[in-house]
Amino acid sequence: MDTTATAEVDFDVIVAGAGIAGSVTAYRLALQGHSVLLVERGPSPGSKNLSGGVFYCRVMEEAMPGFLLSAPIERRITRNCLSFLSASSFVNLDYADDRLAQSVTAVSVLRAKLDEWLAAQCEEAGVMLMPGVRVDALITEDGRVTGIRAGGDELSAHVVVAADGVNSLLCRQAGVRGPEPLKHLAVGVKSVIGLPRRVIEERFNLSGDNGAAYAIVGDCTKDLGGGGFLYTNLESLSVGVVLRLDDLARSGESSAELHDRFLTHPATESFLRGGELLEYGCHLVAEGGLAMAHDLTRPGLVVVGDAAGLTLNTGFTVRGMDLAAGSALAAAGVVDSALKRGDYSQEALDAYPRELDKIFVGQDMRTFRRAPLFLENPHMYGDYGRLLSDIMYGVYNLDTTPRRHLAAGVGDALKNSPLALLPTVRDALAGVRAL
Amino acid sequence: MSKNPWGTVAERLDRNRYETDTEQSHILVNQAEAERAGAGPLLARICPARVYSEQANGEIGVLYAACLECGTCLAAAPPGVLSWSYPRGGMGVIYREG
Repeated sequence: MDTTATAEVDFDVIVAGAGIAGSVTAYRLALQGHSVLLVERGPSPGSKNLSGGVFYCRVMEEAMPGFLLSAPIERRITRNCLSFLSASSFVNLDYADDRLAQSVTAVSVLRAKLDEWLAAQCEEAGVMLMPGVRVDALITEDGRVTGIRAGGDELSAHVVVAADGVNSLLCRQAGVRGPEPLKHLAVGVKSVIGLPRRVIEERFNLSGDNGAAYAIVGDCTKDLGGGGFLYTNLESLSVGVVLRLDDLARSGESSAELHDRFLTHPATESFLRGGELLEYGCHLVAEGGLAMAHDLTRPGLVVVGDAAGLTLNTGFTVRGMDLAAGSALAAAGVVDSALKRGDYSQEALDAYPRELDKIFVGQDMRTFRRAPLFLENPHMYGDYGRLLSDIMYGVYNLDTTPRRHLAAGVGDALKNSPLALLPTVRDALAGVRAL
Repeated sequence: MSKNPWGTVAERLDRNRYETDTEQSHILVNQAEAERAGAGPLLARICPARVYSEQANGEIGVLYAACLECGTCLAAAPPGVLSWSYPRGGMGVIYREG
């Protein structure tokens, strides 16, 4: 394969950041025969990357055929649990389904391993990988992005792909994207706890490489916007909290202490008991939904993945990696045509956001556009969980007082809660529409 | 404070792998601006790695070698308080799990 670009540039395309979005974009463009440089600031791809851990990976079958068979995935998620936590109780919606094992739409992953593999696929496809190098800035000439500055060197390209993650300092420095409001951001704080395979399978009622994913709301964040998560890997658990920054900043709480509090909650502790801490990490998460998906192109520049704000919290599923891969596919298609036509203008690259709108990425962002506002509702994180637990307590606590119908029990629980009936019904309707 | 069986934040970070840039810090605090904005307590509690601490002399201490490079401090700090970039290429935290 010809990896030398035309004389006027060093590479056809330079991709900044070897996460899922960057690697998939680089891979697809290299397959089309373009010369691609993939620059990664970590000493090896994946060494800077962290995610909660569930990858809705169906899109990878298009991006990298054979992904499920050869990628280092941990477990296939066949059991999903939504858990409302209070200080002394939890109410779970527990959904397990063999069909999920057949269709394999969700897998748990550990990014240090996954991303290293992705970058290796890129190299095999002809991408030049440059690890251990930080891209310091985008080079712009007359409003056109023409290359990158890295480690004192300048490298030019027809198109630069910013895949540099949620902070996207490159886009920020270049004035392409401004800082986001705090309510659009959350911090995920995570521990990876090692446990023997057999213990994990017993504790989570799993067999083979099937896995479980818990999403938890309520007491795990002390009622702050956000939630907890607990995912099974092959021989470890990914466990932690996600805290919305506006609430966290206002609250006086400490992110590390909220993480510790969740790990020591009786409902969580019983899963982790006896495990060995393998790693403690954190990562910023975009939570703004569609409101963050703006300014995705400039002449000579496309922005993909987290850098483009492409993440989606629907309450049930928290998605980012699948949107990263989807945006990479869309971007690679548009950049490929741009390279073939030699047109890297704003108009040419604006085909990329239009492509996003045609596939699940843009459509899901639009479908769930009201989810962030709904999830800003402070009752979501405390009062509703306590209400549910009070209702269930009434059902099961047969203390020899005469029983009443469920409706009366719900009425009593509501009376003892700061919630009122009408707003609760309104929230429920809003939730059904938003999620 | 909840007692984490895997130790304090510092003890847990000890198990992580880092390649520390001993020549330069990637985090700089404008101490005057931080004091004016009262940013110390906020930075100290929002950082999951406890990079920031309030010193006896009122300044903010920065243990940049512990940084997990998430960017929470940059997002939440009042404007002008922090100058924050990623560590130089190859430096900083090296996740083995992620």
